[in-house]
Amino acid sequence: MSNHNLQNYWKKNLQYLVILLAVWFLSSYGAGILFTDALNSIKIGGFKLGFWFAQQGSIYVFIIIIFIYVALMNKLDKEFDVDEK
Amino acid sequence: MDVKTWTYIIVGLSFALYIGIAIWSRAGSTKEFYVAGGGVSPLANGMATAADWMSAASFISMAGLISFMGYDGAVYLMGWTGGYVLLALLLAPYLRKFGKYTVPDFIGDRYYSNTARTVAVICALIVSFTYVAGQMRGVGVVFSRFLEVSIEMGVVIGMIIVLFYAVLGGMKGITYTQVAQYCVLIFAYMVPAIFISIALTGNAIPQLGFGGVLNDGSGMYLLDKLDGLNQDLGFAAYTDGTKSMVDVFAITFALMVGTAGLPHVIVRFFTVPKVKDARVSAGYALLFIAILYTTAPAVAAFARTNMINTVSNKEYTQMPEWFKKWETTKLIKFEDKNGDGKIQYVKDKDANELTVDNDIMVLANPEIANLPNWVIALVAAGGLAAALSTAAGLLLVISTSVSRDLIKMQWNPNVSEKNELLYARLAAAVAVIVAGYFGINPPGFVAAVVALAFGLAAASFFPAIIMGIFSKRMNMQGAVAGMIVGISLMIFYMLKFKFGIFDGGKDAVDALKDGWWFGISPEGFGTVAMLANFAVALVVSYMTPPPPQSVQEIVENIRIPRGSGEAHAH
Repeated sequence: MSNHNLQNYWKKNLQYLVILLAVWFLSSYGAGILFTDALNSIKIGGFKLGFWFAQQGSIYVFIIIIFIYVALMNKLDKEFDVDEK
Repeated sequence: MDVKTWTYIIVGLSFALYIGIAIWSRAGSTKEFYVAGGGVSPLANGMATAADWMSAASFISMAGLISFMGYDGAVYLMGWTGGYVLLALLLAPYLRKFGKYTVPDFIGDRYYSNTARTVAVICALIVSFTYVAGQMRGVGVVFSRFLEVSIEMGVVIGMIIVLFYAVLGGMKGITYTQVAQYCVLIFAYMVPAIFISIALTGNAIPQLGFGGVLNDGSGMYLLDKLDGLNQDLGFAAYTDGTKSMVDVFAITFALMVGTAGLPHVIVRFFTVPKVKDARVSAGYALLFIAILYTTAPAVAAFARTNMINTVSNKEYTQMPEWFKKWETTKLIKFEDKNGDGKIQYVKDKDANELTVDNDIMVLANPEIANLPNWVIALVAAGGLAAALSTAAGLLLVISTSVSRDLIKMQWNPNVSEKNELLYARLAAAVAVIVAGYFGINPPGFVAAVVALAFGLAAASFFPAIIMGIFSKRMNMQGAVAGMIVGISLMIFYMLKFKFGIFDGGKDAVDALKDGWWFGISPEGFGTVAMLANFAVALVVSYMTPPPPQSVQEIVENIRIPRGSGEAHAH
């Protein structure tokens, strides 16, 4: 694969990483820690929202992030023809 | 049938299963011993990783800990799951493409230096040994409680079992045993949780019952009721917590990054056939872990509600049988300070009459909820599965570090495959015996150090691996300086603020709290030490020559999946 192509592939990968890690940070450190008090004024069922993110929600978001990344990268690998045969 | 008979049957059956698998999947080559031949399916690897990861601490202690900490318990929940995102996105695929057997392998090759390799081996050994000693102790505790043998005897039984399948099967035996252990432990965790959730809230899914309405006719939400109970007794509201925000932030971060830096976790991603399998297998691992980790906070809240309702301001003589039973193990202690014959369980230290050990919450839960005897036996088998699977994974890292990173790569590169395998087995056997010794004679600091192992991994490995992948400019000088500064800083802070070594020992530790840097506890300091590692490594690397062209090509190469082949030998 040409050098130029490799650079584009890597750049795209880094873009995905930045976006997904931002979500990772916001769901755990954001909703679960920094803004918990503000979110706690919202209630869903018996859960205060900030507390729910800290003890439940962030973990669900983590799982979703990984599977989205897997799907994005599988597609990207094919697009740039660097997937494994 | 009584609990003891059930325990013998269920634990005996599960052990027969593990040993059967070990014989069926014994390793014939070093490659099978180190990375299971690189042929494990991502789903099986995810399950094995989950069992490897969830230790006796996750299974036995975590829910109890959360139930006393309330909101603050989130540091463990987020900290011990969020690291898998970092693994899947930043580490696993690239390390799999690199295609060697161990973390020191990567550090040694990427930083073209045996010094870097040696520093990495030492870090790996420190982290793994402290961790494994705690596991053997956990095995001993579970055996002694449920089989009514001494803790020492329990540790010895556990040693023999682990010895058998870790030495015989290597990574291949361990991986397939761990798949079975995951099934046992998750079943054992969920059954009582579901029973209790139905009893308290009428909802069979603990994650929902957690936010549900109580069954007692009051129409109150469980968490609101619990907030009220806590506050009436002088504790902080359950959903609020007491730690400072900066400390919660730092601990969570240190645990996440530490998870992603632990050698026994990373090595699992060398066992799958392809790079894309490494990514998805981290996803499966987290999914399997999350089943337990989202149930644990629910169990914690149920257990606390149950406990306060059962004991608070009740006559001591009216206590149920489980209370008396755990009293004899000294894990529950009652002292009638005001002599009124009732149990006062309150925040105020002088008025409080009851101390409850964190560890009994999960183990006693089925008894507290009046569940059938086979469920209690199942929990014992689950606790053993959790402790044994983690111990086996750690022992493998130790034996690999010795046979491959030290003997093969440094002392005797010409060692034959057959002898290398023999050394690996011998190292595993010695490691089991050493771990067993610490299990029987635990140094007082084991429990404290296990928590800090994450800080050590965060401060040493994580930055070196990340920069090895994402920066072509990072060189040997920078990485070695960073690792040494990071781990030294972490060890210094630990000695000063956790053990009080410079201020007169453990008794001084409480008074030192005001001196914490940035208000961060030793558990969270890994975050600061990791940042120091990054900073030092970057500065030093820009003052020294860039790495050789061949190394820059390695970095280019690991960034694309094609051509990974199987995990290969040199």
